[in-house]
Amino acid sequence: MKIDATKPLEYGSEENSNKIFGFWIFLGAEIALFSTLFTVYFVLVNRYATGPNGTELFELSGVLWETFLLLTSSFTIGLAVHSMRLGLKKPMMIFFGLTLLMGLGFLGIEITEFFTYVHEGASISTSAFTSSLFVLLGTHGAHVSFGILWGASILLQVKRQGFTLATANKSFIFSLYWHFLDVVWIFIFSFVYLKGLM
Amino acid sequence: MKWDEFFVTGEPMIYGAMASIVLATIAIIVGLTYFKKWGYLWREWLTTVDHKRIGVMYILSALIMLFRGGVDAIMMRFQTAVPENKFLDAQHYNEIFTTHGLIMILFMAMPFIIGIMNVVVPLQIGARDVAFPRLNAISFWLFFAGAMLLNLSFVIGGSPDAGWSAYFPLASLEFSPTVGNNYYSLALQISGIGTLLTGINFIVTILKMRAPGMKLMRMPMFTWSSLITSVIIAFAFPVLTVALALMMFDRIFGSQFFTMSNGGMDMLWANLFWVWGHPEVYIVILPAFGIFSEIIATFSKKNLYGYTSMVVSMVVISLLSFLVWAHHFYTMGQGAMVNGFFSITTMAISVPTGVKIFNWLFTMRKGKITFTTPMLYSLAFIPIFTIGGVTGVMLAMASADYQYHNTMFLVAHFHYVLIPGTVFAVIAGFHYWFPKVFGFKLNERLGKHAFWWIAISFNVTFFPLFFLGLQGMTRRMYTYSEETGFGPLNLLSFAGALGLAFGFIILVYNIYYSIRYSPRETNGDPWDARTLEWATSSPIPAYNFAITPNVKGRDALWSAKHDNQPIFDGKIEPIHLPSNSGKPVILAGVFFVFGFALVFSWWIPAIISGIGILIVLATMSFDRDHGITVSVEEIIETEKKLRGETL
Amino acid sequence: MKKRGSLLVLFMSLVLLLSGCSSITVLDPKGPAARTLSDTILFSIAMMAGVLLVVYVLYVVFLVKYRGSKTKDDYMPPHEEGNKWLEAIWITIPIIIVAVLSVVTVQSTSTVEKVAAGYEDQKPLVVYASSSNWKWHFSYPEEGIETVNYLNIPVNRPIELRLYSFGPITSLWIPQLAGQKYAMSDMVNTLNLVADEQGSYLGRNSNFSGQGTAHMEFETLAMSPGAYSEWVEEVKTTASALDETEFKSLLATSYVGRKTFSSTHLTFSPAPGDHSDHMKHTDMENGNKEHQENKAEHPVPANPEETKFDAVPNVNPNEPLPQSPAEDSNSDIDHTSHDGK
Repeated sequence: MKIDATKPLEYGSEENSNKIFGFWIFLGAEIALFSTLFTVYFVLVNRYATGPNGTELFELSGVLWETFLLLTSSFTIGLAVHSMRLGLKKPMMIFFGLTLLMGLGFLGIEITEFFTYVHEGASISTSAFTSSLFVLLGTHGAHVSFGILWGASILLQVKRQGFTLATANKSFIFSLYWHFLDVVWIFIFSFVYLKGLM
Repeated sequence: MKWDEFFVTGEPMIYGAMASIVLATIAIIVGLTYFKKWGYLWREWLTTVDHKRIGVMYILSALIMLFRGGVDAIMMRFQTAVPENKFLDAQHYNEIFTTHGLIMILFMAMPFIIGIMNVVVPLQIGARDVAFPRLNAISFWLFFAGAMLLNLSFVIGGSPDAGWSAYFPLASLEFSPTVGNNYYSLALQISGIGTLLTGINFIVTILKMRAPGMKLMRMPMFTWSSLITSVIIAFAFPVLTVALALMMFDRIFGSQFFTMSNGGMDMLWANLFWVWGHPEVYIVILPAFGIFSEIIATFSKKNLYGYTSMVVSMVVISLLSFLVWAHHFYTMGQGAMVNGFFSITTMAISVPTGVKIFNWLFTMRKGKITFTTPMLYSLAFIPIFTIGGVTGVMLAMASADYQYHNTMFLVAHFHYVLIPGTVFAVIAGFHYWFPKVFGFKLNERLGKHAFWWIAISFNVTFFPLFFLGLQGMTRRMYTYSEETGFGPLNLLSFAGALGLAFGFIILVYNIYYSIRYSPRETNGDPWDARTLEWATSSPIPAYNFAITPNVKGRDALWSAKHDNQPIFDGKIEPIHLPSNSGKPVILAGVFFVFGFALVFSWWIPAIISGIGILIVLATMSFDRDHGITVSVEEIIETEKKLRGETL
Repeated sequence: MKKRGSLLVLFMSLVLLLSGCSSITVLDPKGPAARTLSDTILFSIAMMAGVLLVVYVLYVVFLVKYRGSKTKDDYMPPHEEGNKWLEAIWITIPIIIVAVLSVVTVQSTSTVEKVAAGYEDQKPLVVYASSSNWKWHFSYPEEGIETVNYLNIPVNRPIELRLYSFGPITSLWIPQLAGQKYAMSDMVNTLNLVADEQGSYLGRNSNFSGQGTAHMEFETLAMSPGAYSEWVEEVKTTASALDETEFKSLLATSYVGRKTFSSTHLTFSPAPGDHSDHMKHTDMENGNKEHQENKAEHPVPANPEETKFDAVPNVNPNEPLPQSPAEDSNSDIDHTSHDGK
């Protein structure tokens, strides 16, 4: 396979740049997906029937921790890609690993919150509002979970193979995915939690 | 769950279907074993990542689904042929029209279109393959798993019965307690993921994999239409994904999105469904326009008239297609203002569509028209589709729609759009590109016989429905009384349906006949065509083009033939091809099990197969495909053989 | 190509046939709303026939003139990129057509959504039409009577049908009187219609709602005002009252014939919150707490009191309805005896 040395390794072949371009389109489709979920949420947010509403349910502290972890992890994955471009394998793996750990932390808090919600009488079947809340958060959470598994497998490949066309490409694409999840979270934080608490 | 709930029982037809499924499966297994074809099947087809073979498998599945959907259609028309018919009961009739719609749109029209895209698009742009060949195989197998899952519902558990639009609350657990609509949500979800991946794959292929000199505005019209369709897929299918997920949560996990209590909102489903559903119509119609553009230009021996306006009109149609969804439910009570807005956006679509019709007509003007089978379908398309189009404008008028909505008038309209549009297009494209893929033409005499049967019977079947609609006959009625006066026209329509069926039988017989008797081509360009796919030999070698083409204008092959502008001015170099992979079909198999387990809420198998999906994905991530390299000598040898030259 | 020529002739003759044809239900209106729609439809057919004609003429001419068998063997079709003027024509004219049709659409849509012209100053008769698997309930809150699977209305008086559903979405459609509208479970839609001719008109559910959809037909009888009040009086005196238990068992029954009651189910099973304009944000709230509490306090959220007319409706949710003493007969009133014809 020809390697184009004038570009960063992740763009180093036609196949690689196609994959990155394809992933951007995939993210476009993901934006459509999350927009639909947000629309569903906005339509149903006031239809909480006899169940609790957002103001009663949400607590800021956990959410702030989640936001902190995810924003920081978006920063560390950026550092990981930067290290990769400099060819520094160990720092890259450290930052990448940190990203995944923070993702795990985020997930831990989110799952605890879900348990609290259910404990407070807001399960997925309580009302249209809780259904849409759980599905919106759950879809994002499922993306994060999938990202952690996917990222772990990439980390393992980087560890074994070092920076190759394939691993550099995968790591970069993973960073795009992770930033995207961060952006979605910012929307969830602002339009679900902050708006719900107001 | 008891076994008599698991299998659908009590109907001779169902037992017949079960018996035929079992017999067909046994016949296939025995046949494959006897002729020692298991290895061949696995190596050459199941694991293939070659866009042409994937395309062929798509088209083959679509033909099988056409048969299934067609049988549904005949049964429906037979049931309504006379008043108070007792052939089917209400429940079976409901299941049959639901699966007819689902299968024809999602498992016949879509895969047929995508199959033709697979075969043709990489060739038209001079590429070796699609951008992501293995992903392409995943797309196909996911589609196939979804299709099989939906078809399985006919004998196991019961088919969906709430119409292909599955409006809530009718499709909720309360009013549709069988697992039918679980099948709906999961089968469509699985094949929908495949479609989304196809969309992404083709956007990248068309934008990034074009041969040198193939600028965007030099692309053949079918490639343009495929690009635009792929963009629509990428933005419309996520909406379906969400809608189906919410449906699944409502039915299987007890959520309250569309329920009648606890704040659920049934209108939300209708909106989500049609936000996807209307663009979906354009997903299946735009590539059809592309196919007709190619065929009409080829057989008029003229370049396509108004190329630029053809492209622009498709872009406009694709944008408008996202702004018209509420015209599917003007009668939901959203008031005159909202209805007025959607009426205008809907009618606006007729302008770019009209532009296309006139461009096709003017392509033929001053041309030299030859009436081959593909051309006949394209010619029949114009007048019949125009009827579909103008009745579409009539339906777009919100006030008038209060009288057409849910009637046979609507049924007639969308069949007048989808059959001459999509079905004629895929049949025309099938005849047109068949020699490219297999190296011999379908028999023209039989092809024309089939055409006349299909074209005339189509009108006999569906024209009466306009009048039935205006007389007050609504769709999805399993029976009607004598006094309504609907009888004679329905009987006529049934007669037409029989004619259509006969036409399709001739068409299928023609495939068999041509395989046996049709003379083999040694020329890659049997129709004297214009675009790049005809520049390589037929059947197409695995690497598509021995030399990467160098494109110097629109209608590259035509210029090469007539203006002395060679396409292949480079030299033969070794070609790198991706190697086959069994993982896509395995992945789809696990997805199938996962979907089936969820349909019946069998949690343990569902969790195990869900983990299975992740494991297969992980092994794919760890795979390192070095591909295979075809040497220069091999290429020269293959090329000679395909041209019929002796070695 | 003779086939398509004859197809054209067929279509044109059918168009001509349509305009003169009264056997086609939709084009045989018996009320102002349906008449507006019928006119709109005929107008659009005429416009579209013109479009078809242009396309078909060009089509036939080009096919006849430029067929390969007629041209010389060495004829080489010219290369044509397109023609700005021609393309401008077939963009502009359709835009004009669409503009005309848009105006017609917007006008006719708002016309049929409103009370018909000439009937605005009359007090409309409010009838709640609700569907359940698979039947229609018609509740007359002012009269305090209720029917199942048939609708009697006075002629020449605006009728305000308020539609909702006890289950799947249905669509009430009386093609000769007005276009259809959906009946749904969490909101009330309003359908305005007037019958200006006495007679019996078939109504049905046109939206698929399960196994019995095909059987959800009902007769709409437009009768003279006198005959109508007579009928109301007779129902009040002879029919039995509808109590909650009976109504529940009625809802649970799949198919029933005609039924008549001297009270309505609205008193104990009110219509859902009345937000006919569901695209607006406000109605998003009709599942929330306050709303449901309100429902309990005001079981009939949308009754004729809300109309601008002063007439006092005789339904008051806080008072028991006047009930006829002679209700033990529990008869399904023989409907045919009131045939307006």
